[in-house]
Amino acid sequence: MSILVYIEQDQGKIKSSSLEAVSYAAALSEKSGDKVNVLGCGTIEDADWNQLGKAGADAIYHVADERLNSGVIQAHAHIIAQVFAKVDASILVLAKSALGDAVASRLAIKLNAGLVSNVVGLPDMNAGFVVKRSIFTGKAFVETAIPAENKILAIKKNTQPIKTDGEEVSVESLTVDLPESVFAARITEVEKASGEVLLPEADIVVSGGRGLNGPENWGMIEGLAEVLQAARGCSKPVSDLGWRPHHEHVGQTGVKVAPSLYIAIAISGAIQHLAGVNGSRNIVVINKDPEAPFFKAADYGIVGDAFDIVPKLTEAIKALK
Amino acid sequence: MNILVCITHVPDTTSKIRFTEGNTQLDKTGVQFIIGPYDDYALARAVELKEQTGGTITVLNVGEAETEPTLRKALAIGADEAIRVNAFPKDAHFVAQQIAARAKEKSYDLILMGRESIDFNGGMVHGMVGEILGLPSISPVMKLELEGTKAKLAREIEGGKEFIEVGLPFIAGCQEPIAEWKIPNMRGIMSARSKPLQVVDPVEADTRTETKTYELPAPKAEVKIVGSVDELVQLLKNEAKVL
Repeated sequence: MSILVYIEQDQGKIKSSSLEAVSYAAALSEKSGDKVNVLGCGTIEDADWNQLGKAGADAIYHVADERLNSGVIQAHAHIIAQVFAKVDASILVLAKSALGDAVASRLAIKLNAGLVSNVVGLPDMNAGFVVKRSIFTGKAFVETAIPAENKILAIKKNTQPIKTDGEEVSVESLTVDLPESVFAARITEVEKASGEVLLPEADIVVSGGRGLNGPENWGMIEGLAEVLQAARGCSKPVSDLGWRPHHEHVGQTGVKVAPSLYIAIAISGAIQHLAGVNGSRNIVVINKDPEAPFFKAADYGIVGDAFDIVPKLTEAIKALK
Repeated sequence: MNILVCITHVPDTTSKIRFTEGNTQLDKTGVQFIIGPYDDYALARAVELKEQTGGTITVLNVGEAETEPTLRKALAIGADEAIRVNAFPKDAHFVAQQIAARAKEKSYDLILMGRESIDFNGGMVHGMVGEILGLPSISPVMKLELEGTKAKLAREIEGGKEFIEVGLPFIAGCQEPIAEWKIPNMRGIMSARSKPLQVVDPVEADTRTETKTYELPAPKAEVKIVGSVDELVQLLKNEAKVL
């Protein structure tokens, strides 16, 4: 028996959520003794592969087919099922993401597996196989048992330390036959800002709300995000008004983030917004209204006008670096 | 055009989540249940598509009798008929098998649901249904336009979107801004009372996961309100250690 970890790439770079998944599998293997196999698909930069060995991979497989650079859900699921059988795996580990969910759910049927999503910790294997997962959009957890022999774990972002002390492992190239049927849903175009820090992957997020009065004032959000190498987010009204694209909307019905630092600027903190940020390790709130509900959910707060504070904060951080 | 819309019956987004029975059950005291917000988007888009092409919308929930008001609301919003699979939704696999079994009984052109439920947040049922039925499954879908026997979709990805073309039928997990939520009007509410709501027994299906005990996150420490930007930067650097 062994563990298979499926990793994702973004513009040729292995996503940090995937390195967390490999580190999770390595920690699991210390308990179970299972071998950690890693599978990557599509184009991945040569220099990036060595992170996988460091994170704890014992064997690495690569299916280089360029069609896999995008989210062809059925094709990814097809390949993972083949490799799962090839390495005689009983556990599949991957990062919870838009593609991860879509692929893992199909695999749960293909592999007759028990699937748990939003996993936040290592399994308790003393009595069966029990993992803790985040539910109610971060408002609770539940211990979930997987009695099925095959198991799939989708790991919640920013819950696992990334291991860096593993040994180098060589990459084995695989070719897998892909039937035409797995491309039935055809991707015709991809629209993506290049060079941006991905919001769900980000370690620091700078978010703006309606209190910024209009999209023309986003320059200072961008300025602060840039000095912090942070991703940009926004509240739901801001994306509903079309000031910012939907993929920047953080909240109950938008992106859920779990960065080390979340800076909320001129966002009042509606409960639906808080549901998207409650996994953050540190929350800073900047708001001119001392009664803004967001302060109650924050670690640090400044009461004041964003137009005055944000440029000063940007300068102070620049001076620090 | 026959559209199947699968909905969840979940606590309102503003609910305070608590547990009871030794942390093994959700405490439903004072909790208001709603159509899952993502499912509500799926339903709203189905109503718009029906306006364009005609046909029927069937709304489906796997749940016990308590979910019927939620199904009636979906009828008031514009679904034509409702099916309640009379079973507690034990896990994603059990629910997916129920949906797939109903889907096989009638030829639906489109199966829509939310990208995830807001209680367990799994986001897994659409893909499972797709795999069981041997159909494409696409999620999270933020745009869906029909063109004859195929559809053009936009799927949100991290940092952007993918545009997809796919032939009918297929399964989509939906999210905003695929449509605007629809609020039932008086005529809808009146007509919902006489629309058919069929209760069916579940098909045999195994569960593959088992929820044990629930827990709440540790309470957050009191916020530190600081007087200056310099003080904030020092705290972020030296206390939080994030700079």
